[in-house]
Amino acid sequence: MHELSIAMSVLEIVEEEAERQGGAKVLAVHLRIGPLSGVVKEALTSAFELARENTPWADCKLVIEEVPVVALCPVCQTERTVSSIQHICCPVCDTPMPNITAGRELEVAAMEISE
Amino acid sequence: MNTRLVEVRQNVLKQNDVVARSLRQHFHDEGVFVVSLVSSPGAGKTAFLEDLLTRLQPKYRVAALVGDLATDNDAKRLARSLAPVKQIVTGTVCHLEAEMVKSALRGWQPEKLDMLFIENVGNLVCPSSYDLGEDLRLVLMSVTEGEDKPQKYPTIFNTADVTVITKMDLANAVGFDGKAARRSIESVRPGMEVFEVSAKSGNGMEKLVQFIESRRRGGATAPVVQTTVETGNVMYYG
Repeated sequence: MHELSIAMSVLEIVEEEAERQGGAKVLAVHLRIGPLSGVVKEALTSAFELARENTPWADCKLVIEEVPVVALCPVCQTERTVSSIQHICCPVCDTPMPNITAGRELEVAAMEISE
Repeated sequence: MNTRLVEVRQNVLKQNDVVARSLRQHFHDEGVFVVSLVSSPGAGKTAFLEDLLTRLQPKYRVAALVGDLATDNDAKRLARSLAPVKQIVTGTVCHLEAEMVKSALRGWQPEKLDMLFIENVGNLVCPSSYDLGEDLRLVLMSVTEGEDKPQKYPTIFNTADVTVITKMDLANAVGFDGKAARRSIESVRPGMEVFEVSAKSGNGMEKLVQFIESRRRGGATAPVVQTTVETGNVMYYG
């Protein structure tokens, strides 16, 4: 359960970015999370609610976009979206795909601010 | 009042990643090959590492950092290998972060090492998110845990480079199905290298030593004999 420290890191980024925007009010923060980031959406949502209490971002919403795992199929020579992280194989030809190109994301994508 | 969407695009763990990158550069500059170990609690990390350090000790200057929520019992066990060992007590923190490694190394001479081993806190979830600046990450699973462990914890297997199946001396007793385990590993991390070892009998350990040596080669200097012994260092977090 490391989501609380992740939530606090998110708020640090929000703080930095809000300052850069001239102390703007932050209405929402948008995250992009891949299944291989090691972060659970539900746990992070609860942790964020806890972390924002008694801070200037107590009303800031958390919007999570879950991005898929994408890997390069060595046979099709095409990037394919993986349907399950338990089975990292090409959905077309079922070849195992060692070269993963996306799915480890854990990033603050954007912020909604009011001005 | 207008609402505006501002693009940020920042890695949430950027602070950890910045520290990990500088650690990796530092280790690289000093010629230290760094191997980290992750596994569930009780998979045999400490027994495995004690045996590994003992085998490497005559040829290389090796040391270990070991993370635990509490106690320095593991550091005491690892110190029997005669390698320098330092315990990181994480308190309530369930994983190691790059900053903890950096603090532990402060004033502790990793510059004089050929290899450094970092034993993470026993946990198959949280350590997967944190880069520690290592060159090689080993994930250990013991034969007593069930062959489908990789499919239950795909992320940690995905962030590791190599799987080490431990406690092979118990394989027959518990009816361990090696083929099923390898299928499970291959399905979450295609192409992953797998080693089967027993720290108790020593079977498979030399093969793994050779693998680590071969991964370390490439610009590294000739090994020299370890002479210093330093134990009993404990750091606390939390």
